[in-house]
Amino acid sequence: MSETVTTTPEVKKPELKLTSSPHLHSTWSTQKAMWIVVISILPALISGVLFFGLYQLIVVFVSIAGAVLTEYAIKYFRNQRITITDGSAVITGLLLGLIVPPNFSLVLVFLGSVVSIAIGKEVFGGLGYNIFNPALVGRAFLQAAFPVAMTTWSKPEFAPDAITSATPLSAWKFVDGGEPFFTATENLFYGNIGGSIGETSALAILLGGALLFVLKIANWRVPAAMVVGMLVFGGIFHLLNPENYPTPVDQIFMGGFLFGAIFMATDWVSSPVTNKGMYIYGLGIALIIVMIRLFGGLPEGVMYAILLMNGFVPLINRYTRPVIFGEEK
Amino acid sequence: MMSKQVSYWTEFYKGLYDQNPIFRQVLGMCPTLAVTVSGPNGLAMGLATSFVLLFSGIVISSLKNLIPKQVRIAAYIVVIATFVTIVDIVMKAKFPEMSKDLGPFIPLIVVNCLILGRAEGFSSKNNITRSVLDGLGMGVGFTIGLTILGGIREILGSRTIFGLQVLPDAFEPWVIMILPAGAFLTLGLLFGLLNFVELKKKTKKIKEDQQRALAEIKKLTESSEEDLAVKEG
Repeated sequence: MSETVTTTPEVKKPELKLTSSPHLHSTWSTQKAMWIVVISILPALISGVLFFGLYQLIVVFVSIAGAVLTEYAIKYFRNQRITITDGSAVITGLLLGLIVPPNFSLVLVFLGSVVSIAIGKEVFGGLGYNIFNPALVGRAFLQAAFPVAMTTWSKPEFAPDAITSATPLSAWKFVDGGEPFFTATENLFYGNIGGSIGETSALAILLGGALLFVLKIANWRVPAAMVVGMLVFGGIFHLLNPENYPTPVDQIFMGGFLFGAIFMATDWVSSPVTNKGMYIYGLGIALIIVMIRLFGGLPEGVMYAILLMNGFVPLINRYTRPVIFGEEK
Repeated sequence: MMSKQVSYWTEFYKGLYDQNPIFRQVLGMCPTLAVTVSGPNGLAMGLATSFVLLFSGIVISSLKNLIPKQVRIAAYIVVIATFVTIVDIVMKAKFPEMSKDLGPFIPLIVVNCLILGRAEGFSSKNNITRSVLDGLGMGVGFTIGLTILGGIREILGSRTIFGLQVLPDAFEPWVIMILPAGAFLTLGLLFGLLNFVELKKKTKKIKEDQQRALAEIKKLTESSEEDLAVKEG
């Protein structure tokens, strides 16, 4: 018996790892997703540089620097983990830099990005806790604080001689006595028009948006609901009075609609969590935009529309809460 | 009457910081947010409110035993309205410019919850001396708060402080600061700053207490070890 030494093959002990749930992890991290969002915004930045000149790169850079520095400073003074590498501050700065007018003052854009991060985000507790989209809070602040600077639009590079030009929306709305002026759909699509740095070219924005939707980083339901809402609400008014109101398709390409729909309204933090809620949210934004554009005192309403609906998000989440399994409806 | 009497100095001093009407009690937010467009406006509003606070305090405190419980709020309002009317008329006669600036907010002092709050919460339960000190303290605290708020908004919103230009022309004035939104922003940030300072103070105190307790424990264990050593020895 003693000769039959059983050489047991070395059994590898099963590694027992005791952890609490969740046990399945996605390969996605906030960090990874955020950097892909940054990449998706790049086409819009390139279009802005192409149409308005290299100076816009400096504007965007200053905006990003302001956002990241503010985030660092606040986290440092509050003794919290420094979270600037997750990319969220970079995105906020990048977005803010793209929604200010071309050739904007560097001091003011820096101030705007400081307000974005400090008042739009960190006051509420940082990433994931903010009620409103931080970049839009910064822009709303700039709009209220410096109304003249925020509405001085430089002309695009390939436009006829002029130093400033009206945006298609103000050209349509605030014409000096007479017919409203409609910009050609083609120009609206490629972006050779007046407007904020990154918002003019529908093509570039859609390119970046495609990446987000293919990788499922942004939920398509919000922009889809916004487009449908614009087609319906804008369409009704266009059909009622085609001479006064632009077609809904033009309206989609005008101003900040697409930029807001793809990069702002889909913000994970400040948009609803349920599918039904996202439809309501998108339709609400579109309705407010149509109301402000056609009947309000301002030429453009995307910013206020998204901020207003951000305020409704907790309510929407509450009323579209799915029925718990087994619960009677 | 009171279970625990505090010193007269505390009665005055508490309104300045510990129970500051604006930053601690968050009372009288309507004038705080509406009229603090500039430093002088804030100061004038603060002084007008202090006057009403002081004299209504005196009257209510001396009448506290004569006013029936059931109609006390109405009685307080009548007393307060009397002094507000005096302030309003005096301001219209002596400072017509400021009176125009502050507009309806002077008559609205009648419904300022700070004054009614102090009448109900303090003057109706304390004697005249304490009411005077409390009214003065609260008034000064309110005035300081309004002036700080108005000063900050004036500096950023119109580059001046009490009409004197302090920031260069190159500084673009922040229009938002003279709009109502600016009042909310400034007030919120001041609240945040004060809470931050308080938190720092508290954590520092807790840390000191902990260290003192640790030192005591160490001392005790050492002495008990010595005792043991003596016994075993």
